[in-house]
Amino acid sequence: MGIVLTNAGPISTIQDGGRAGYMAFGFQESGAMDKKAFNTANILVKNPRDEAAIEMTLMGISGEFTSDAVIAFTGADIQPKINGESAPRYQAVKARKGDVLTTSFATTGCRAYLAVHGGFYLKKVMDSYSTNVKCKIGGYMGRPLLNGDLLYFNTVEPKLSDEEISMRRADIPECVASPVLVRVLLGLQEDYFTKKGIETFFSSEYKVTNDSDRMGIKLDGEGIESKNGVDIISDGIPLGAVQIPASGKPIIMMADRQTVGGYAKIGAVVSADICVMAQLKPGDSLRFVQVTLKEAKDSYIKRLNELDELERKVEKKKGFLWRK
Amino acid sequence: MSERANIRFFTAGDTALVMEFGNEINDALNANVKSVYDGLIQKPIDGVREAVPTFRSLLVYYRPEKISFESLQKKLADLSVNAVSSVNKSKRVIHIPVAYGGEYGEDMARVSEHTGLSEKEIISIHSGKDYLIYMLGFLPGFPYLGGMDRRLITPRLKNPRTRIPEGSVGIGGEQTGIYPLASPGGWQLIGRTPVKPYDADRKNPFIYNAGEYIRFFPISADEYRKIESDAAYVCKEEIG
Repeated sequence: MGIVLTNAGPISTIQDGGRAGYMAFGFQESGAMDKKAFNTANILVKNPRDEAAIEMTLMGISGEFTSDAVIAFTGADIQPKINGESAPRYQAVKARKGDVLTTSFATTGCRAYLAVHGGFYLKKVMDSYSTNVKCKIGGYMGRPLLNGDLLYFNTVEPKLSDEEISMRRADIPECVASPVLVRVLLGLQEDYFTKKGIETFFSSEYKVTNDSDRMGIKLDGEGIESKNGVDIISDGIPLGAVQIPASGKPIIMMADRQTVGGYAKIGAVVSADICVMAQLKPGDSLRFVQVTLKEAKDSYIKRLNELDELERKVEKKKGFLWRK
Repeated sequence: MSERANIRFFTAGDTALVMEFGNEINDALNANVKSVYDGLIQKPIDGVREAVPTFRSLLVYYRPEKISFESLQKKLADLSVNAVSSVNKSKRVIHIPVAYGGEYGEDMARVSEHTGLSEKEIISIHSGKDYLIYMLGFLPGFPYLGGMDRRLITPRLKNPRTRIPEGSVGIGGEQTGIYPLASPGGWQLIGRTPVKPYDADRKNPFIYNAGEYIRFFPISADEYRKIESDAAYVCKEEIG
């Protein structure tokens, strides 16, 4: 048993850590857009960090639990309520059979995650639970969730005590300042762009357009000047690549990006800031700031440490309670 | 080995790097890329997550907590010296039917205008040769084909389309290829094939592999519809 959806939200998909190992064949990596929020949700419900969870976009799901569950909401604030009462985010919460979950439009951020203790009962396709909508594989029947879908849980009688559940909480990340600053490491085809073009990139304010999706966040703003055009012999596109098409307007390549492409890339958003990009809504503005490889690596390690610390924290509390 | 002296490394964010062998499309460069990729598959480097071989470069995803950019760079350079290129002995050519122009190739007029060639000439040049599949990418089973006749070169669209129909055959700069699935994209569309190059439900999801060849042949709109509705249609192939 699990949860039956009365409202699946506009774009809700099952995502995990990503479909590793198939990019050489042209399969997108997929996986959660905001890994920090996604991993946090799983840690809070005592799952492996990359267990499948529901990723909701701008608006969350509503539904009825058909069995008991321990759940956690992270990422965008979709104001989850259980039986009409606010359910805290960034904290494990107990839901009982028959409980009604409702959510609303995100008041902060763009993507919210719902993890359930034990994970969802689904079949992996090519080693991953992630939904690849373009290829119609993975997740729940290879498609975004729809009203009426029944998602089964692997664990229908969670063994976590109420006390333990209440201790499993994380700090809610502070709202990002406006304008948002996103760190970028130059590289790839940076030498395709003029000095002026690179200066433009780091000194302009950009706005997220309506065309943005899990594949790429398309930006509007000052175009980036190239030396001799931006067509390249197609090569690999890493996560966070700042791709500059002929219009000059940057596109940040995200989880569902194509594996290779033919537009020059000025660099890439550092991995620790991919979550910042994932939480921007159409109309939000941002600026880019240049960092060195050392600074980028430090921010990556810092992120790993934050998640480790959270996991140690929630698990140690459990250990302490258990000894008591 | 002269190409190997020209290897360049680039950062691709903090969790990936690009190993570039050159900046042109040729069989020797591509064979070097494949030899390092094969080397990585046979003898994985600790800390490397995954690699994506392309025409002239290898994108390598790694875990910075396990291996640094500098030491990965060194290991890959060593690997390229030791790797032995594999050579394809027999040539497999897959014949792909294409309805050119009209509703199936919306950009035919633009390509004609840019190249100064008539539609008929474009079709005859485009379908007149075998293309080596350098790599699969961008979409599952999307073949990147080298060796398009230079007379057909047409730049990509300034603003990529948000949806290109499945089976579209197009030109992007000096490259040509097929869109196996509906997708956004910036290529100039000159035709469409009714066959599915990638189908997860088929016993063999792909009808071709990197290292094989594709030959396009023109069909009418009627033939297109006939093949489209024929689930048993199998592309003709030649082994030489």
